[in-house]
Amino acid sequence: MKKMNRVLTILAGLAFVIALSFGSAGPVHAQTINGAGASFPYPVYSQWAYKYNQITGVQLNYQSIGSGGGIRQIKAKTVDFGASDAPLKKADLDEFGMIQFPMIMGGVVPVVHIKGIKPGELKLTPDVLVDLFLGKITKWNDPAIQALNPGLSIPEKDVTIVHRSDGSGTTWIITHYLTAVSSEWQEKVGASKAVSWPAGVGGKGNEGVASYVQRIDGSIGYVEFAYALQNNLTYIQLQNRAGKYVSPTKESFMAAAANADWQHAPGFYMVLVNQPGEESWPITGASFIILYKDQTNKETAAAILKFFDWCYQHGKEIALNLDYVPMPDNVIEIVQNVWAEEVQHNGKSLWK
Amino acid sequence: MVNPRKNRRYQHNKGDLFFKGLALLCAASVPLLMAGILAQLISSSSLSLKEFGFGFLTSQEWNPVTEVFGALSSTFGTIVSTLIAMIIAVPLGLVIAVFLVELAPPKISAFFGGAVELLAAIPSIIYGMWGLFIFAPIMADHVQPFLDKYFGFLPLFQGAKMGIGMLTAGLILALMILPYISSVSRDVFNMVPTVVKEAAYGQGATTWEVTRAVVLRYSLRGIVGAAFLGLGRALGETMAVTFVIGNSHRISASLFASSNSIASTLANEFTEAVEPLYLSSLVELGLVLFLITVGFQSMAQVWLWSIRKKLAD
Amino acid sequence: MHMEKLHIRPLKRRHITDYTVKVISTVGALVGLFFLTWILYEVTLRGLMALNWAFFTELPSPPGVTGGGVANAILGTVIITILAAIMGTPLGILAGVFLAEFGKGSKFSSLVRFMTNILIGVPSIIVGVFVYTLIVAPMKSFSGLAGAVSLAIIMLPVIVRTTEDMLNMVPNSLRESGLALGVSRWQVTLQIVFKAARSGMLTGILLAVARVSGETAPLLFTAMNSSYWLTSLNEPTANLTVTIFNYAMSPYADWQAKAWGASLLIMAAVLALNIFARLVTRKKVT
Repeated sequence: MKKMNRVLTILAGLAFVIALSFGSAGPVHAQTINGAGASFPYPVYSQWAYKYNQITGVQLNYQSIGSGGGIRQIKAKTVDFGASDAPLKKADLDEFGMIQFPMIMGGVVPVVHIKGIKPGELKLTPDVLVDLFLGKITKWNDPAIQALNPGLSIPEKDVTIVHRSDGSGTTWIITHYLTAVSSEWQEKVGASKAVSWPAGVGGKGNEGVASYVQRIDGSIGYVEFAYALQNNLTYIQLQNRAGKYVSPTKESFMAAAANADWQHAPGFYMVLVNQPGEESWPITGASFIILYKDQTNKETAAAILKFFDWCYQHGKEIALNLDYVPMPDNVIEIVQNVWAEEVQHNGKSLWK
Repeated sequence: MVNPRKNRRYQHNKGDLFFKGLALLCAASVPLLMAGILAQLISSSSLSLKEFGFGFLTSQEWNPVTEVFGALSSTFGTIVSTLIAMIIAVPLGLVIAVFLVELAPPKISAFFGGAVELLAAIPSIIYGMWGLFIFAPIMADHVQPFLDKYFGFLPLFQGAKMGIGMLTAGLILALMILPYISSVSRDVFNMVPTVVKEAAYGQGATTWEVTRAVVLRYSLRGIVGAAFLGLGRALGETMAVTFVIGNSHRISASLFASSNSIASTLANEFTEAVEPLYLSSLVELGLVLFLITVGFQSMAQVWLWSIRKKLAD
Repeated sequence: MHMEKLHIRPLKRRHITDYTVKVISTVGALVGLFFLTWILYEVTLRGLMALNWAFFTELPSPPGVTGGGVANAILGTVIITILAAIMGTPLGILAGVFLAEFGKGSKFSSLVRFMTNILIGVPSIIVGVFVYTLIVAPMKSFSGLAGAVSLAIIMLPVIVRTTEDMLNMVPNSLRESGLALGVSRWQVTLQIVFKAARSGMLTGILLAVARVSGETAPLLFTAMNSSYWLTSLNEPTANLTVTIFNYAMSPYADWQAKAWGASLLIMAAVLALNIFARLVTRKKVT
């Protein structure tokens, strides 16, 4: 091992020298920030990064590898920031000396692919949704579904569940919802970033689930709303806690998000599913950024905070265009107070 | 310059010694690398080795919520998809080799042979793309309904017709290893002494009789070697399988059902796993795959070595 | 008369069997060829539709923003592959030299030879896991360098084996005449034996490069991917194969088209390298 390491080191050194000469010949070295994690906010983060790069030249490389991956890679310090839709508990954050803050909110929507059914036509109750994901309802023309949709002609087609194959905040949000509405789900499956699904196929990322749903007739999956819209997937109407059928829209996400009390959430730990309110979409969630409190590289750390500040202040329009819900101003203020207090380099605060 | 010969020899020896030493070091890097991989896999999976012991191999549970992990479902997927590939690719590869060696005119044979070798070089991710976008819909719309209609009484061909799943993965793997098996078999067939074949033809034997009685008998061991090589490749294939196998941790009697192989589990979950035990279990899965492939490769090596020895005698 | 009939009947049956077998093997060959041309056809057709100037010159654009290309991934793949060759080739050639020139018949070289053949069969994803634990985790960054190291590990045994095979084909008389002239062993190897085996070794290296340039699995956990030009090798580096994986699994038609384009590109490059490698040998032989 030692010998091999040495050989490798020598070769790596050689390669590095070559690489350096390559690098210096390339374009002027720009500030680069590496982030990875949740695929739920990927469309909005990547558009923010694209726009910000055009304005400032700062390169924010965000790789959508799943929330589990985001947490894992920030803990291993292989990225500058992690992103996750599944918030970490305060104790977990403290153990690693990290903070998290909400960046954006949005909704997770069940999407189906059934011949002849258009977006927003199919109505489901929480119970039926749970039975579908538990694999108890196996045909789309099941009486339980027919009864909720008297006007629709639903074909006799096998139900294929499409779930995430990777550790995912989207899974975290929907399984928290399913756990909140069904004790059977809680007992048999539970809520986490990755669960042991009773049935179905797994796709990697929101992208993977969306593309399987597009490809498989008779499938039902769950994706972040922007993915459903951008790909013209067939979303459903879902009965909320108030007993009303609601469609996933910006407005119904906002209605659900409006009840959130961020001020009193330790470490910004917040579960937004199954919120009260007539207009509320029941499966909503926030997406979080995770950073180390003690930053070793001052420039990178400052660039990260600047970027997220720009997103908070100037990224609202992009977010709304993609049907995400931007954080309200009062929450941004709380977040930036936390930045000022906690994010430091050599004991000095990096934010005003 | 007093005694040039002696002086030169001394320098040569020094140069030779250095050169030999350097070459030795480089040669040693291969076994060291193997040992390094094994050591690294074992040490990184120590947590799960300790937690689950041998039960890891026999448990089909893969539950990140309760943190209970077992290798059975992934191992099952790896073995079954490889088995499907072998059942299809070995006979088909042999038939192609017979065609190339005994039937086709030399020019066609050379063209086919060259094409087959190039196709073995196509990156596996391209097989995966093709499998997902082009082959899977055909499976769902035509092949699976057909199998269900005529063979649906078998549990193998029941269930939802999604297009992706164990059967599709096995078929794509078969396509991938087909060039491998046919080109090695062709080489083995070509090694049969022409004199023996000519003698048989001279006695009035037909092509098939020559193939069966002479060629196949002569090259049986070589064919087994070819099959081993194809097997090794299929067992560890990642990208082509990840695209079409469906990525779910379940053991199902139906070949239509989605499944998972060890390699595809790693591709999907390795960068995601947060909890130390989860990560360690994934590395242990890698260890299982490593040992399976090393086992098969070793068997293949010993087998080929024994042929060479026999030929030499 | 009676005798002849007896003889003819089995002969007829024999011919029928023979005919059937011929038909089966021809059909088998055609089936194989059909699938393989089908793959080539689809990749070429769909790939060509995605290729345009921007594809080769621009950075990727986020979903929802049209245009953009994979220029950084093309460059990244080229750099990672060249680096892997720089690391793997000298190591592999020297190891091959040891086996062919110094280690004939020794137990150690049997071990090395055996391990080389086994290392060829180690799944590339395992190499990825290994390099992640060896380089990425301790260095705390995904990097192009780690990607290159994992590709070098995959190249290594291929080069060892072809080098040894090629050197073994060099007649011993060449070595002996060199040594008889008083040239030292290492000079004989470098100047005489290498010259004789040059084209074969080059073919081996080119084939090894072709093989690793299409690898995806070992890059997933090492080089990862990036949406920008690479500025150093210590950061996530864009590359074609991981880009294909991400784009193909995405639901955006635009990205899927680019995945086909990138597939065509990598396939054409790999096939061209293979054909070139074969031409190198052929020219030398004839």
